[in-house]
Amino acid sequence: MAHFTKATGIADWLDQRLAVNKLEKVMMSEYWIPKNINFLWAMGMVLVITFALLVVSGIFLLMYYVPTTDGAFYSVNYTIMREVDFGWLWRHVHGVAASVVFLIIYIHMFTGIYYGSYKKGRELIWISGMLLFVAFSAEAFSGYMLPWGQMSYWAGMVITNLFSGGSLHADGLVEWIRGDYVPAQAFLGRFFMLHVLLIPLAIMGLIGLHFGALRIPHVNNQDGEEIDFDAEAKKYLDGDSKNSKVMRFANDFMSKDMMVVGVYLIFFFYLVFYNYGFAMDPVNFDPADGLKTPAHIYPEWYFLWSYEILRPFNIDLGLVLFAFAQVIFVLLPFLDRSPNTCAANRRGKPFMIWFWLMLSNMIVLTAMGKLPPEGIFSTIGLVAAVLFVAMWLALPIITSMEKKV
Amino acid sequence: MENNSRRGFMGKAFGAVAGVGAVASLYAMKKSWDPLPSVKAAGFTTLDMSIYQENVMVTEKWRGKPIFVLKQSAAMLAKAKENPRDIERLVEISGAHYMVCIGLCTHLGCIPAFRTASNDFKCACHGGEFDASGMVQMVPPPRGFDIPPFKIDGTKLVLGEVGPEWQAMKDNGITL
Amino acid sequence: MKNKEPLILAVVVFFTLVTYYLVEPFAHGQMHKHVESEGFAYADLPAITKTGNAASGQELIMNAGCAGCHSIEAAGMPAPMDPVMAAQSYGVNPPDLSNAGAVFDAKFLSDLIKNPAHALNVEHKFDAAKGQMHPMVAFYGMGGDIDQEIADMVAYLQSIAVKAEDVTPTIAFETACGRCHAVGYEKWTQIGEKPKFKHEKDALAFDIKVLEYQDSLKAYMGKLPPDLSMYIRSRGEHFINTLIENPQNHLAGTAMPRVGVTAHSAEKVIEYLEDAGDPKRHERAAIGVNVMIYIVIFAIFALLWKKQVWKDLH
Repeated sequence: MAHFTKATGIADWLDQRLAVNKLEKVMMSEYWIPKNINFLWAMGMVLVITFALLVVSGIFLLMYYVPTTDGAFYSVNYTIMREVDFGWLWRHVHGVAASVVFLIIYIHMFTGIYYGSYKKGRELIWISGMLLFVAFSAEAFSGYMLPWGQMSYWAGMVITNLFSGGSLHADGLVEWIRGDYVPAQAFLGRFFMLHVLLIPLAIMGLIGLHFGALRIPHVNNQDGEEIDFDAEAKKYLDGDSKNSKVMRFANDFMSKDMMVVGVYLIFFFYLVFYNYGFAMDPVNFDPADGLKTPAHIYPEWYFLWSYEILRPFNIDLGLVLFAFAQVIFVLLPFLDRSPNTCAANRRGKPFMIWFWLMLSNMIVLTAMGKLPPEGIFSTIGLVAAVLFVAMWLALPIITSMEKKV
Repeated sequence: MENNSRRGFMGKAFGAVAGVGAVASLYAMKKSWDPLPSVKAAGFTTLDMSIYQENVMVTEKWRGKPIFVLKQSAAMLAKAKENPRDIERLVEISGAHYMVCIGLCTHLGCIPAFRTASNDFKCACHGGEFDASGMVQMVPPPRGFDIPPFKIDGTKLVLGEVGPEWQAMKDNGITL
Repeated sequence: MKNKEPLILAVVVFFTLVTYYLVEPFAHGQMHKHVESEGFAYADLPAITKTGNAASGQELIMNAGCAGCHSIEAAGMPAPMDPVMAAQSYGVNPPDLSNAGAVFDAKFLSDLIKNPAHALNVEHKFDAAKGQMHPMVAFYGMGGDIDQEIADMVAYLQSIAVKAEDVTPTIAFETACGRCHAVGYEKWTQIGEKPKFKHEKDALAFDIKVLEYQDSLKAYMGKLPPDLSMYIRSRGEHFINTLIENPQNHLAGTAMPRVGVTAHSAEKVIEYLEDAGDPKRHERAAIGVNVMIYIVIFAIFALLWKKQVWKDLH
């Protein structure tokens, strides 16, 4: 039995048993963050807040949602939206947050690409982050099924059809995934389970991994400078916080985090109350009808870029490229052959152009993915899809030619 | 650190503002648990008192609970008049008297059975008994059957609405 | 070191707005061509040239046999048959005319009495030349000036109706739309609001009547007109307005008739649909204001806290 002394107070009692003081130092007051960062570094906290909003609003929706094909639409659009006090608020928060979280994820991702925060020692942060992107995508997709509107049903139909593998005609697999010939009660039930239990657990585990992978390498900085955290921390603790290159996570960085969160929430709640159409598509306010496909169907905006990579080609090539697009981002730490960890604008023209072109191209793909596949839109979409693949194939080449900064 | 006290203040102030938001959210959450309007609207049952016969115990339904309606015979009424508390439990409509009460034992909530032979109620769970006007005649139930809020509307009884007769019963401690 | 944050913010906002613009307003504009409203002017219908006399109109309506199909509750004339039987005979239940004078446009009513298929914009379905007659019999005149007679009849209908400004959302919807469209969330069926039944048997009997009516309606229209409970959110105000004005605007070849409501009635129909599909809009707007004020205060306090904490760090 370890040695315990009479506690001097509640804090000491807990500290002797749970090492709360050490925990607090490691996670908060002596978790050192470089000062040379900007507000984009707060996107992680913004994501945590948004995830928390999703979980809390989700809990209240879960109390009244009925996971049957007969009851789902009514439970959402009548019971929750009309009857439950503030039910409309939980639904609006949940729908808007589910869409906005992807905006923040993309900003967070591209910040990491720009500043090289996936390189040398930080590969697992990047990989766990991409796994989180996949988990959030699965969570968003499964959640979208639940209101059982027209978009829910037909998105379910189309996405599960992808698993037929084109010329492989794996119809048996598709039926197994659905548990039926078409998306029906079995399908709704299992996606309800995934959305409410399994994927949230996976996300929470991955967040733990993501934070764990971050703790030892520490957060990157705007110049990609390799900081001697122990030396800088000592400077700070010895009283010279002004000249130290680092600051405490709590309360130094957290106060700036909260400021960014405050501004973000102004934008977020404006959307929740006044401009939510982008997140709650009108087509999904029609109850699901297996005998009628809507005139225009499209995935949620955050899936459009990869949807557009699938569309222009015949089904087999499309599926291959679609799979490529999902996986390729994960491999970034290994495809980038340059020795530089710094901002893109300092790595030389090739990578800088690559970065802005990749970002712009994904926006073009997103826009084309929403538009009807006709005329000039098809052409632009095809060019953008081919460019996407080409840019990834070119990445190892252009980065291996980079000079050390 | 010289600024410690002031930085502490601003941090606490921000914490307080955040706390206001948290409390407001808790209020919204509490309201989300309130019974839905459709549930509250369904909380009214109208009984047509002209259909009941003496000595025949009928079970109706109100807010998901059983309601015992027993039209009092002359014998039952005589017995009830012996005890002032008993007679006050009965509802009088168009000259007839009725026992109208929630059919749940006031001990722990089981539904007592009506015995036609003895015109009383026996609860199988712990042996409690109630007489024909709903008063306790054998423990363990602590009080007579509870009487649902009612309003007399001609020959009809609207359960769920508060009428003066029920209010009087409540004020006199006949029912909770 | 220069603070790059304003520039970074500008870049992030720029790309976000470009993406939003392309994915929302632009794409939706490409998918749904904008239809301009004509403000319920019914420009294709002839203008009114006569001043109607309500008393003459009453006599004409009695003698022209309108009550053979239409009830006029306000004048004490009940429906000749129940809705289900009427639907079996005519495809749809002929409307009660009590409030027709207030809900429908006068030009429309005039043209409707004279040439139903034309006013209702369903001549593609009921082509007189091919012998496909609209179930409503046209009025061929009672021997006098037909336009004067029609003006009189319209004047009478206007005299027995509520005042135009007193048309409520319920009156507007039930009169103009309710015989074809159910609104489940308001318990509205094509044969009237579903009452509360004590016995399940009676509730089921009512449901069966609704289904029988819907069968006749489906046969008449080609398919069952949709339930409109959530249409204000799935279609939006502008689409519904321009649809009501002229269904052919959006659904070429549709069997849905032009219902000929006034602009005011159309507004009331929209309000009815908003009450059905978005009843919490007022609460949402009110609470939204409070939340926005609070969150600005929150952000200000966070900013002040940050400034305090960072005094030691620069």
